[in-house]
Amino acid sequence: MKAFLTILVIALVTAGLRLLPVYLLGRNGRALPQSLLLLSSQLPGAIIGFLVVYSLKDIQLGVPARALPAALGALTAALLQHYRKNTLLSVFFATAVYMVLLRLLA
Amino acid sequence: MSARALKAAFPLTLPVMAGYLFLGLGFGVLLHQAGYGAPWALLMSGGIYAGAMQYAAIGLLTGGAGLLQSALLTLLVNARHLFYGLSMARPYANSGKWKPYLAFALTDETFALLSLSPVPDGIPDTQFYAAVSLLNQLYWVAGSLLGALLGQLLPFDLAGIEFSMPALFVVMLVEHWRKKEARASVLLGLAVSFICLLLLGPGRFILPAMLLITGLLLALQKQPDAGKEAP
Repeated sequence: MKAFLTILVIALVTAGLRLLPVYLLGRNGRALPQSLLLLSSQLPGAIIGFLVVYSLKDIQLGVPARALPAALGALTAALLQHYRKNTLLSVFFATAVYMVLLRLLA
Repeated sequence: MSARALKAAFPLTLPVMAGYLFLGLGFGVLLHQAGYGAPWALLMSGGIYAGAMQYAAIGLLTGGAGLLQSALLTLLVNARHLFYGLSMARPYANSGKWKPYLAFALTDETFALLSLSPVPDGIPDTQFYAAVSLLNQLYWVAGSLLGALLGQLLPFDLAGIEFSMPALFVVMLVEHWRKKEARASVLLGLAVSFICLLLLGPGRFILPAMLLITGLLLALQKQPDAGKEAP
């Protein structure tokens, strides 16, 4: 019962955070202020920058055996995507590079 | 939900499928080891649907955390989702009966994918958003169910598979970078987040970084726009 309640609380808070701005700002027939419109067009780019840092946040920069696979994996993803423009290919090879290096340097 | 919308959305969701299946699998295995089986995996991946928080929730469940503590941790870990809603409020404004689900399903990856991919020709916007959102959650639920059912039966070592998520975000960053007008925002997001991470550490940097990014974007948009907008 306690476990169920804990999950319910987590689900409600998460849904609240996701639903609140959509319902507060997105009401039909209500125009958004100009600055918010501009912000909502700039946020995606900035959030991608944030998500790259966020998804790598637990990699310890000072530990080469952890930092090197991540750096080379990220570089693989960036270069492949830049030249080949195939998302699945880039993600697959970058993950493979990371997993191989992780074992070689362990 | 039309078959055409699903068909158009499916190829775009493949990278998320790879990431979600493996991350979901990892979550399911850990949850199973903590003593919570497949029904719990289904409940959490269906009802919470937030990767990082579900991993954290395993600790809350086994550690016997209080409800208030659970609520506060969720608020901290998931506050970044407020900003996805802010960005998607306009596209989702006229989505009718899909609106609650579209907002609920706004994960990091779904938001990143939708903000990057233009709606394919001939598919109504809402149908496309719904198809991407549904497919992504399907992958997540399937992965975690599989993990909870198979437990430790998996014969191979999956350590490092979680790198598919940062790899996907790097790929999306490269795609955003192609749009010249987006570069300043991308750099700002990267720099502010990295500085906040160095100063505050992985546990505390998320909310300050998001607030600072929003504040700076708002503060910086004033000057160049003042001239442009004058009629």
